Amino acid sequence: MIASTPKVTESLFVRILLILVALIFLSLVLIVPLVTIFSTGLAKGIQVYWAAITESDARSAIYLTLTAAAISVPCNLVFGIAASWAIAKFDFTGKKLLMTLIDLPLTVSPVISGLIFVLLFGAQGLFGGVVSWLDIKILFAVPGIVLATIFVTFPYVARSLIPLMQVQGNDQEEAGLTLGAGGWRTFWHITLPNIKWGVLYGVILLNARAMGEFGAVSVVSGHIRGMTNTIPLHVEILYNEYQFVAAFAMASILTLLAVVTLIAKTYVKWRTGEEQA
Amino acid sequence: MRNKSVIPGFGLTMGFTLLYLSVIVLIPLAALVFKSSGLTWQAFTEAVASQRVAASYRLTFGTSLVAALINGVFGFLVAWVLVRYKFPGRGFIDMLVDLPFALPTAVAGIALTTIYSQNGFLGKPLEAIGIKVAFTPVGITVALIFIGLPFVVRTVQPVLQALDPDVEEAAVCLGATRWQTFTKVLLPALLPALLTGVTSAFARAVGEYGSVVFIAGNMPMKTEITPLLIITKLEQYDYAGAAAIAVVMLIVSFFLLFLISLFQKMERS
Repeated sequence: MIASTPKVTESLFVRILLILVALIFLSLVLIVPLVTIFSTGLAKGIQVYWAAITESDARSAIYLTLTAAAISVPCNLVFGIAASWAIAKFDFTGKKLLMTLIDLPLTVSPVISGLIFVLLFGAQGLFGGVVSWLDIKILFAVPGIVLATIFVTFPYVARSLIPLMQVQGNDQEEAGLTLGAGGWRTFWHITLPNIKWGVLYGVILLNARAMGEFGAVSVVSGHIRGMTNTIPLHVEILYNEYQFVAAFAMASILTLLAVVTLIAKTYVKWRTGEEQA
Repeated sequence: MRNKSVIPGFGLTMGFTLLYLSVIVLIPLAALVFKSSGLTWQAFTEAVASQRVAASYRLTFGTSLVAALINGVFGFLVAWVLVRYKFPGRGFIDMLVDLPFALPTAVAGIALTTIYSQNGFLGKPLEAIGIKVAFTPVGITVALIFIGLPFVVRTVQPVLQALDPDVEEAAVCLGATRWQTFTKVLLPALLPALLTGVTSAFARAVGEYGSVVFIAGNMPMKTEITPLLIITKLEQYDYAGAAAIAVVMLIVSFFLLFLISLFQKMERS
């Protein structure tokens, strides 16, 4: 497009200038932080780095982060597929409202996302009495962390699937059903293969957010070392104790996750483009 | 209600969707409104408009606005360069733009604080020319620029890509200079997307916590953002006060969401 219409582009000088300004801006905003994380984490050598990410509090933080993701990803995956089936395959009144409500967690501040669970399950909370009577711990314990994580990652799969399924329409499913396949069979053999890259895309984003969430989890966690600290919370504690190398070593794990997420996301997007073309 | 269709599973999927939505999102959010409604009107206004809270609004909205505007300019430039020009590393840059979406906020927070602190990579030279970044509103703005950048790039980029080159050629044929074509033809066509992106970046910045809390310094009346104030109230066991501020923030979010949907309507028409 650009090559064929040379008249409607800028002079070479302007082009180079704009590219340079954009690159300098992006380097300052994105690349400098990225380099800082790894250089600070590795500042005292690989052994100190390794010790920081394998000591017992670090290990339990990694374990808790994996647990929270392992519960919230399947929960929100099932929800996302169910919601997009209901929204994309059928017409009903209030569809727009339902979609807005599903998106709500993305517009709420992470701090508020944590606060609502404190208001529900805290000592003075609405269900505080029930929770203490049942003698279960939700707040300042793993269930609270999982709930907050599920809340902040709620819409990811639904958001990636609804537009995709709306574009694909119902024709293929209707053909399958007319030919005698049951509902489940139609879903497994027709719908799922069609939406698999969309599902994967949603799960990649959902997982990254689940493992990296800070604000909401921070409010409900209680910050008990070795017990209710996820990786991001452990990073915060180390940083506030001026253990910068250890803090950045832990942070580098999450940064690697972010880099893998970006690459996987780009790959999935490219695959979806290939398949549609 | 719903069209007659051979597709099964409406009852099952819709029922599950509504149940799960209620348990995870609607009931917890209702608790917020319920808790703050326990306050008298006077106690509510006191909780949401005391001097310290008002100072946090000014800081939060002020820094968010400046960051969103800066992102409006540079995000637009980045989108322009990515769509219009070919240069080595373009694919890499395109991927990297989403880093703020993927990088956990706490990690961004400690990285930016280290870079802009007195002895940091950028903090030191800036300090030498008399600009203090970390632990000032400037630092908060820097963190919010980081967080908001992809919102602008990712809303402008697809619209710019879809623009018909014929319109630009027509402008050139009619004797317009490149700058005139840009300001009179391209910019009006891209404006709704740009406004959507800037407002989304602003909305995200207003509620942001993780990336800001490290670099802010958190001094009451000076560098204390509203989300942090909610946590402070919680730590003092002032649940109703925390809920009241949260309700105000929620109303602001809804208003911004409404603005965004208006801009998106502009975009389609």
